Amino acid sequence: MKKFMLDLQVSGVERIHERYVLLRLTCVERLPEMVPGQFAEVRVDGSPSTFLRRPISIHFVDRRNNELWLLVATVGDGTRRLGQLQVGERVNCVLPLGNGFSIPPRENRGARTADERGEHETDERGERAADERGAQEAAGGARAADKGGAQAGCAEAKLLLVGGGVGVAPLLFLGAELKGLGFEPTFLLGARTGGDLLMVDEFRRYGRVLITTEDGSVGERGFVTRHSVLSTESFDRIYTCGPTPMMKAVAAYAYKNNVFCEASLENMMACGLGACLCCVEKTTEGNLCVCKNGPVFNINQLLWQN
Amino acid sequence: MAKLNVEIGRLRLKNPVMTASGTFGYGLEFQDFVPLEGLGGIIVKGTTLKAREGNDYPRMAETPMGMLNCVGLQNKGVAYFAEHIYPQLKDIDTNWIVNVSGSSPDDYAECAARVDALDGIPAIELNISCPNVKEGGMAFGVTTKGAASVVRAVRERYSKTLIVKLSPNVTDIAEIARAVEAEGADAVSLINTLMGMAVDVERRCRVLSIGTGGLSGPAVKPVALRMVWQVAQAVKIPVVGLGGIMTATDAIEFLMAGATAIEIGTANFIDPTVTVKVRDGISDWLDRHGCSSVQEIIGCIR
Repeated sequence: MKKFMLDLQVSGVERIHERYVLLRLTCVERLPEMVPGQFAEVRVDGSPSTFLRRPISIHFVDRRNNELWLLVATVGDGTRRLGQLQVGERVNCVLPLGNGFSIPPRENRGARTADERGEHETDERGERAADERGAQEAAGGARAADKGGAQAGCAEAKLLLVGGGVGVAPLLFLGAELKGLGFEPTFLLGARTGGDLLMVDEFRRYGRVLITTEDGSVGERGFVTRHSVLSTESFDRIYTCGPTPMMKAVAAYAYKNNVFCEASLENMMACGLGACLCCVEKTTEGNLCVCKNGPVFNINQLLWQN
Repeated sequence: MAKLNVEIGRLRLKNPVMTASGTFGYGLEFQDFVPLEGLGGIIVKGTTLKAREGNDYPRMAETPMGMLNCVGLQNKGVAYFAEHIYPQLKDIDTNWIVNVSGSSPDDYAECAARVDALDGIPAIELNISCPNVKEGGMAFGVTTKGAASVVRAVRERYSKTLIVKLSPNVTDIAEIARAVEAEGADAVSLINTLMGMAVDVERRCRVLSIGTGGLSGPAVKPVALRMVWQVAQAVKIPVVGLGGIMTATDAIEFLMAGATAIEIGTANFIDPTVTVKVRDGISDWLDRHGCSSVQEIIGCIR
């Protein structure tokens, strides 16, 4: 997928939480094609202590309004500066970067096959390119399909999207794409407290939303992996993004139950293009760049079994 | 339009802008942003005789106006390069230069000899200055004897243009430059990264997996410029300048201080199109100042 460096214009800045800001960006031309799980490297201007770009997941692409949504956790000087942007300001972004989540293949939809459970990684990766093209075509029509149910017959594959903290970000775009393709994704979102839940109403547009909070104020009490749905229902695929301990716990469930599972990693990055080799993760194929070979990895590629 | 072409040994560069090893991958990673044939040269990722996994993560720490890295020469080895990567590069019209590293003089020489066999690679940059590996690397680059021993071994088995990349982590860089010149180096490039460190105060631990790393970016530019200036006056062979170049003005500073060509490194991470901007900026500056060739400003500061 062709990458671009673009000066995007801020069309919205919404502080949705004391530590999170929803940035909406647009440009005169049509935004480039991108797929769920990919990210942007955002240049931070006006923050003297910030030198490198900040890698930020693509939260949602609103094709109708030609808007790119970024959910920014304002944790350091750089991201705090991004949270202070004003409508009309320009933000330089390099995008789309990384591989993205793999969409369940059309022909296997609704049927649990060895491929879907990730037992044939090579086949899976071969299909990814085709899947991505399908996803791109669907991108423009995601909202329309939401209403019309263009491919409602494909809804049987059970897909679970598990997110925690700012890790929920790429799952909204993924959920919207899946919904547009006729799936009925289930979101399992975890947070410390009810007040820390992000964008729940948006998630509800695209599927069932289940919640856990550590204090029990909303949904079930505890971590996401303790949610009752994991013992009462089975899933064909799990996609996860969030703090590493959470993703490892989700992966442990997936390994145990032999479920296809992809995790989106957040290693510290410099270039975002696979050039500097700073963000590597140990995998079955040696050290791979999270920015280029990821950020999405099938858990069978990761050395998380122990 | 001023002439931008320069020469390093037998190497003819369309313009003095090259990319620094380890910051531009194999060039292909930047094809969406840069027409590769528009660059004077592309110095690809550090290559060793055998594949290396590099150091553990974390390998990077951001610093004021720069970054530290301890990647540790992760690469798939020279045979993999020759078989899988070289075929993708060889028909793109620029100077492809392989950065060669090793853990002993023989190791360096064997790796260089393998690269010598590739027709489309007209030069190597010998890395005797990597601060992130236990064996070899910087260990050779910090003494005149060590630097000379590697260059001597490589020179015996490498026939094309030999650039030697020097470490700034030395007392007298000019002395090292003279030592490698005496052993037959065609050019020197400097500086590699400055050894540094970062601490995570919340966790009370080191940030980088091996504790130390190499500092790059604008933070090192004044040090690099000073060293280029000193070395340019100490040797007769061409000097390639690098260290924190972000803009055309930075590049022109290095050219004036005595660099025949320059390399752009960390800036590629901030702006993937920076190489082209620097090249065009040099050209504009020369035109604006009535220079007919970049040669007019190289080493104009004494």
